[in-house]
Amino acid sequence: MNLFFHIGRYFILLRRVFAKPEKFSMYFRQILFEMNSLGIGSLGLIAIISVFMGAVITIQTAYNITNPLIPAYTLGFTTRESIILEFSPTIVSLILAGKVGSNISSEIGTMRISEQIDALEIMGINSASFLILPKILAAIIINPFLIVISMFVGIAGGYVIGVYTGACTSYNYILGIQSFFIPFNVFYSLFKTAIFAFIITSVAAYHGYYTSGGALEVGRASTKAIVYTSILILITNLIITKLMLY
Amino acid sequence: MLEIKNIVKTFGDRPVVQDVSFVFHPGKTNLVIGESGSGKTTILKLMVGLHLPTSGSVLFDGRDFTAMKGKDQQTVRKEIGMLFQAGALFDSMTLEQNVKFPLDMYTNLSEKEKIERVNFCLSRVKLEGSNKLYPAELSGGMKKRAALARAISNNPKYLFCDEPNSGLDPKTSIIIDTLIHSITQEFNITTIIITHDMNSVLEIGENIMYLYKGKNWWAGNKKDILHSNNEELNNFVFASDFMKQVFKGAQSKT
Ligand SMILES: Nc1ncnc2c1ncn2[C@@H]1O[C@H](COP(=O)(O)OP(=O)(O)OP(=O)(O)O)[C@@H](O)[C@H]1O
Ligand SMILES: [Mg+2]
Repeated sequence: MNLFFHIGRYFILLRRVFAKPEKFSMYFRQILFEMNSLGIGSLGLIAIISVFMGAVITIQTAYNITNPLIPAYTLGFTTRESIILEFSPTIVSLILAGKVGSNISSEIGTMRISEQIDALEIMGINSASFLILPKILAAIIINPFLIVISMFVGIAGGYVIGVYTGACTSYNYILGIQSFFIPFNVFYSLFKTAIFAFIITSVAAYHGYYTSGGALEVGRASTKAIVYTSILILITNLIITKLMLY
Repeated sequence: MLEIKNIVKTFGDRPVVQDVSFVFHPGKTNLVIGESGSGKTTILKLMVGLHLPTSGSVLFDGRDFTAMKGKDQQTVRKEIGMLFQAGALFDSMTLEQNVKFPLDMYTNLSEKEKIERVNFCLSRVKLEGSNKLYPAELSGGMKKRAALARAISNNPKYLFCDEPNSGLDPKTSIIIDTLIHSITQEFNITTIIITHDMNSVLEIGENIMYLYKGKNWWAGNKKDILHSNNEELNNFVFASDFMKQVFKGAQSKT
């Protein structure tokens, strides 16, 4: 019962979010602002996570390849595939769900309880659209770039650790990451990144927008936002993967 | 002119506003007074459409606001300025951006004209030079004054103020009251002020509604209020010994 209430209210909110904006120039400014704060602000975190992720994948793959019949370039190939198909888009999106999601829901929740949203409404502004639409669009635009960066950094991390530990030679790793490349996989990966970006921003905004009460509820809303976005990302990931890859 | 007709509002099964009717006049400072919890803020929110009335209607110069949908409602709202009880300034923006916001949204003024307007509004609330401060860097009273500057920046036809001078010292209170009063007259604004500050009542109470337990209990102006024999009103007005003495002083002069 409760679940259907939330789903219904979520879609009603989305309908308001995608209503025609009052003044495009103001929205454009907001989108640029959000791209900077949501996207560029997460760059450092993503780089660190990706480099370690790439390194660990390489070590673990090397550890599992003991059969001398398996060609040496398999290590680079497997690392690249794991990073492009799953680790960069999904794991990084899950981490962004924590960082960006809680940020969005507490920002909007605070605006709700301190009547800033009411103030927007009184001015005749569609607060849902004004606050949420720029965030959704900004994330859909910027997250795929973040993920591409994450892929490069991750593969580079694998290279460094692979060569440094002697798990493979530089030549073999590079041969591996060049082998059997399927461009569609990158498309698949960026497509799901964009869907995840939509989920992160819209679900987090939903929880913030309907906060009521005080500071305690703002905290609760952002916890809920992280939990629900993470679950939704995992379910959507399964569905998209089934539909697009197999 | 703003008219409310038989407004009723219940939260759950708790009646908060009970069948209130009143007319607020343009060019006058219309006051809504009453004890804490008597429903003043609720009535204000009903008038601007933040709450939906359980029954009754709100008329902005004859236009039935409660019956309006989306676009029409926005048209009316562009003519509204509102000062919230806690200010409700946008945290992520500087004072200048806050006050400029309604202008950015609804006018085609050049950037220079907007800044001039912002500076003018800020100076009227004695905040000149604070343009670049963020709300978090302001005191409670300054926030309130900044919020008033934002409420008046786009020349509203209707101005709603929820306790404009609570939390202000007596001197600044008078400045704010006088400011609201003078712009009301100057631009013929329909101004509705919620207050429980008796100084304001006696200073600018041109048309007063006294709310008691969600009902329109008494109406009149600042002269009538001291001579009423309404028991609840007298209890409210003369709650402090200070007011009793002020009243005695006023009587002995006449
Ligand atoms: N959203 C709400 N849900 C339920 N009850 C509410 C809500 N808003 C206000 N009330 C109740 O309505 C009553 C009137 O509240 P209101 O805020 O209008 O009082 P007020 O006259 O503005 O008081 P104050 O002078 O303290 O600001 C209170 O008893 C309050 O508990
Ligand atoms: Mg109040």
